[in-house]
Amino acid sequence: MKILVVGGGTGGTIVANNLSRRLAREIRAGKVAITLLSASDRHMYQPGLLYVAFGKMSPDELYRDQASLLEPSIAFHADPVVNFDLDRNRVTTQSGGVHEYDILVIATGSRIVPEEIPGLAEGAEHFFTEEAAVRLHKRLMHFQGGTIALTVSIPHKCPVAPVEAMFLLHDFFKARGIRDKVKLRYLYPVNHVHATANVARWAKPEFDEAGIEYETLFNVKEIDPARKVIHSEEGTEAPYDLLIAIPPHRGMEVIEKNRLGEDGWIPTDRYKLTMDGHENVYVIGDATNIPVSKTGSAAHYEAELVAENIASLVKTGAPGREYDGRVYCFIEAGFDRATYNSFDYMNLPELKPPTKSVHWFKVAYNQMYWTTVRGLL
Amino acid sequence: MDNAKVVDARNSFCPGPLMELITHMKRAKVGDVLELLSTDQGSATDVPAWIHKAGHEMVSTEQVGRVWHIKVRKLK
Repeated sequence: MKILVVGGGTGGTIVANNLSRRLAREIRAGKVAITLLSASDRHMYQPGLLYVAFGKMSPDELYRDQASLLEPSIAFHADPVVNFDLDRNRVTTQSGGVHEYDILVIATGSRIVPEEIPGLAEGAEHFFTEEAAVRLHKRLMHFQGGTIALTVSIPHKCPVAPVEAMFLLHDFFKARGIRDKVKLRYLYPVNHVHATANVARWAKPEFDEAGIEYETLFNVKEIDPARKVIHSEEGTEAPYDLLIAIPPHRGMEVIEKNRLGEDGWIPTDRYKLTMDGHENVYVIGDATNIPVSKTGSAAHYEAELVAENIASLVKTGAPGREYDGRVYCFIEAGFDRATYNSFDYMNLPELKPPTKSVHWFKVAYNQMYWTTVRGLL
Repeated sequence: MDNAKVVDARNSFCPGPLMELITHMKRAKVGDVLELLSTDQGSATDVPAWIHKAGHEMVSTEQVGRVWHIKVRKLK
């Protein structure tokens, strides 16, 4: 049986490693082969970008060689897929290679599309690429006072990142001794400070205590970088001296070009994690269209489930269990305290008061991640 | 009304039903009707608040069992 994993991010790497261990005997016997195709020979720890923006991690800490993270039995090629032929169970890569499969796992992730908002690419900073996070850090270090606005476009990955960024901005300027010269403004699309009710219930009084101003029902329409003004879809506007934008996201271009899903989000069964109409194609992580946050945590839990189910299919002919929507996200509430957001399809997140111990666990996890993607944690 | 595109956000807590609706409204054409399915009690107030501010039209709201069926029309 040929198992092909497309995408070498969190989800793709975990599913390949997990499968490699579960099916070690079958691989040794030549009954199963696992191949991983990725667009890059490096693996980035994306949550670290927020820490780079605030000077808490250096960019080189975010990377490992992809090959070093993979079990030796996995055939790895840094050769992005350009064509999916789902009817013939095969893909074609940029180099012209053709890979056939019996089971396909698509874990291609998502991308930012700042160009969808006029003026955003020219007028705003963000922290979704290494280059942007480094540039934002420099801007923050040189900022001497004025209004910093943070806007949030839809859809976006890591839904708690905007809240974390506000708390980190507060502590960053406190540490620089100029918090009183900086007005922090948070502009959010729905009518609470977070779309998840319990996150909003926790964050609002924390914002009030930190002196973080907020305006809700603010969906960014366009940026006027010359006047330094943000215009909303709702007809309001907000001035800024430094703008940080959570850009809108889409699935990857290759998904759109192959017409696998509108805006690059692949129609996926929210319980089985199979692509609609294709029982031998699994989709995990940001690439799905399921109503679950686009985070490494969701990709992690989905990858483990898909690996278990594929291994079960190989061994018994039937999958083992269904995805329950589980996600666990740390939420940094500043430089030295954090809480977490844990939920699934049936259970609401219940936020606990932030503590130093959760923050330090998050800091430790920033290194432990490398054991997670190896499929060990 | 029968042609309403369904946005199934049942049992979605993060980013939640309203974010799912806004995502699909951005892609819809003026005049399209979307039907949001939500099990979040907050949708009954949060969705109308956004629709009103954003200048779209509430077509209907109905709770069937645990599920809210909220139909909205894109006006601009």
